[in-house]
Amino acid sequence: MKKLLQGNEAIARGAWEAGVVVGCAYPGTPSSEIMAELSRYKEIYTEWSPNEKVALEVAHGASLAGGRAMACMKHVGLNVAADPFMTISYTGVKGGLVIVVADDPGQHSSQNEQDSRNWTRFGKVPMLEPADSEECKDFTKTAFEISERFDTPVLLRSETRVSHCDSRVELGERKESTIQKGLDQKETPKYVMVPMYARVKRVAVEERGAKLAAYADSEFPYNSMEINDPSIGFISSGVTYLYTKEVFPQYSFLKLGMVWPLPKKIIAAFFNKVKKVIVVEELDPFLETEIKAMGYKVRYGKNLIPAIGELSPSVVKQSLMKAVEGKRFKAPKVRIKPEDLPRRPPNLCAGCSHRPLFYALKKLGLYVFGDIGCYALAVAPPLSAMHASTCMGAGVGGAYGAGKVVGKDGLGEICAVLGDSTFLHSGVTPLMDAAYNKGYSTTIILDNRITAMTGQQEHPGTGYTIQSELATTIDYEQLARAVGVKHVRKVDPYKINETMEVIREEVNRDDASVIITENSPCILLRRAKPLEKFRSPLYAIDSEKCRGCKVCLDINCPAMSWQEGAGWTIDGHKRKGTVFINKDQCVGCEVCAQACKFEAIGPGTK
Amino acid sequence: MRENGKVTNIFLSGVGGQGTILASKILGEVFLKAGYDVKKAEVHGMAQRGGDVTTHFRFGKKVYSPLIAYGEADFLISFELLEALRSINWVKPEGKIIINQQEILPPAVSLGQMEYPKDVEKTFKRYFKDNVWVINGQEIARKLGNIQAANVVLIGAFSNFFPEVKEEQWTVAIKALLATKLHELNVKAFDEGRKAK
Repeated sequence: MKKLLQGNEAIARGAWEAGVVVGCAYPGTPSSEIMAELSRYKEIYTEWSPNEKVALEVAHGASLAGGRAMACMKHVGLNVAADPFMTISYTGVKGGLVIVVADDPGQHSSQNEQDSRNWTRFGKVPMLEPADSEECKDFTKTAFEISERFDTPVLLRSETRVSHCDSRVELGERKESTIQKGLDQKETPKYVMVPMYARVKRVAVEERGAKLAAYADSEFPYNSMEINDPSIGFISSGVTYLYTKEVFPQYSFLKLGMVWPLPKKIIAAFFNKVKKVIVVEELDPFLETEIKAMGYKVRYGKNLIPAIGELSPSVVKQSLMKAVEGKRFKAPKVRIKPEDLPRRPPNLCAGCSHRPLFYALKKLGLYVFGDIGCYALAVAPPLSAMHASTCMGAGVGGAYGAGKVVGKDGLGEICAVLGDSTFLHSGVTPLMDAAYNKGYSTTIILDNRITAMTGQQEHPGTGYTIQSELATTIDYEQLARAVGVKHVRKVDPYKINETMEVIREEVNRDDASVIITENSPCILLRRAKPLEKFRSPLYAIDSEKCRGCKVCLDINCPAMSWQEGAGWTIDGHKRKGTVFINKDQCVGCEVCAQACKFEAIGPGTK
Repeated sequence: MRENGKVTNIFLSGVGGQGTILASKILGEVFLKAGYDVKKAEVHGMAQRGGDVTTHFRFGKKVYSPLIAYGEADFLISFELLEALRSINWVKPEGKIIINQQEILPPAVSLGQMEYPKDVEKTFKRYFKDNVWVINGQEIARKLGNIQAANVVLIGAFSNFFPEVKEEQWTVAIKALLATKLHELNVKAFDEGRKAK
């Protein structure tokens, strides 16, 4: 039976059919749905791990005990997991171990655009690259077979247009692995990577590479040649192959299902069969560089195709039309210039607890070291309350490090802000550093009780597991004190003046401190009943009092808008217009009412 | 089946939270069950936070790319007027367009820095003549008791373009994707939409 599945669902289905018993992940777009989906299969233990490094280590432990295991992450997650990844390449596996890494060309939802294919050569680990959902399922199953047969972890590379595309999949049945489970056999030289043993494995890794290369040429079923018109031959992989096939279906293709190691014999045969070779790939010239290094002439590649941003049928057509068909590319008609239209960037939700906190930071004029999460949206004007943001947890170390340069002049000027999930992911160690090495930075933990940006995933601070079972809950105050922070305060961010007072005191203190928000669950987290604490279901503008000063618009609430219209307030102030609050969107958080200096915003009725 | 080998491209656009994802899922169910190859692409994550969202939906005998080439959409279904305008160049000259008559103000307009584009309907009619249908999905859904069903109203209107697909195939798909308590509302929304075009 064929079913329409998203790429991520198909990867999960493939893992289930392959007999996976353990799945671990930290959420990250575009990979998050894989583990959420896998957690629905009762035969599999799944978890949200605190970060990707932990996820991979747990999966590796499961593999050593003979279970098939999978760790999933977005591209930048593999940076976090790089340490175990590079050495697991040496130890190899017992039960099959597959690492799914999902890239984000075009940076739809990411801080960088790295091409994860570079990890495969670096880590000397094979990589498969599916193009659509059917391949996501099939390649996942094959990845487990390769893993066990060649004693290696296997990378499965997805990307936004594979993970988040739906296409038809033929469903199969689950088949348990035949590997014996248990830890009876102690294989110390295989799994203990002290230099004495690691040097031996270092040689084994190279030997394995040679065997995998032979397998890629002779047995791997998804490196395929399609010889049509031989005047041009395209070499491509993944969804890029589909774009190219769509635009130039009449020519010849070599589609690579395994991007490392490369099938040298098949590539040689392809060059013999076609006249001109064009390598079409997204991001880095990975295949092109390797194929050129084999001594072949690649007629066109990155000299015509952009190395930045995502490809698409349009980009492929525009880049290659002249080279392939000798015709000038004719751009479609531009009826409206999209750049002339008002942009619609994502925004913090109406009622979000991050809004009043960042409004407070803006009013205090602090230099804010931000982090990765919904709160990064506070960088957008008019809130404009974030001044640095690099990667998960980086703000905590950044704020502390900056203090080491500006010294006492920086007191009262600097803070770090990050979410609960991000703090647990990688904020604890830099906080330890700030306390240990006598920093004075203030770290503000925005505790909204969930991993919000990626779509509401549990973490060790929420009190629930991925299967919604009750779990232990982190006490952030105890944790901060345990790593040496003496000053820990709590604030209700919806009380803006009180929050500002606490922040002012702590950022002026010449000692490391932590401020934790409380009573501030994500507005979309239904079980926390986020709306119940608000005094009124909505607020409204008193049109007799509103002077049109626009101060309340600084909070950037999606429910509020400006309405032009000259006039007078009841007490005789001239105005150019008034603010309007949309009843359908307001949830009654009262933040705008606190921003208003003229008491022109009060409780309203639905 | 439609003409052999021809792939039909449907471009959907709207604002995060308007239900474009459900709408595209309904299309997926219907055309998959009708025996076509189907591919659809959308971006998740950041987009949930009130940003603009688009879905590429393609069906035919065999579909390669999940993305539509710029300027080659046969149909545009847009759930918001500004987002319709933002998508206008995706549609081929003879393309057909269904737009929900709703304005959701983007930040620059809310802050009074830019104006919301005027006469969106006229702009579309200038380029696409009689192939433009503007439907007040919001109002139709409000009368049925839930403005959230506006997306299904539009799908109802859109369904008229495919006389070969029976009405029942659409309602079966809607029921398959929604909780039982939402069936009545959404089937009504679909019917009203089907009558509105």
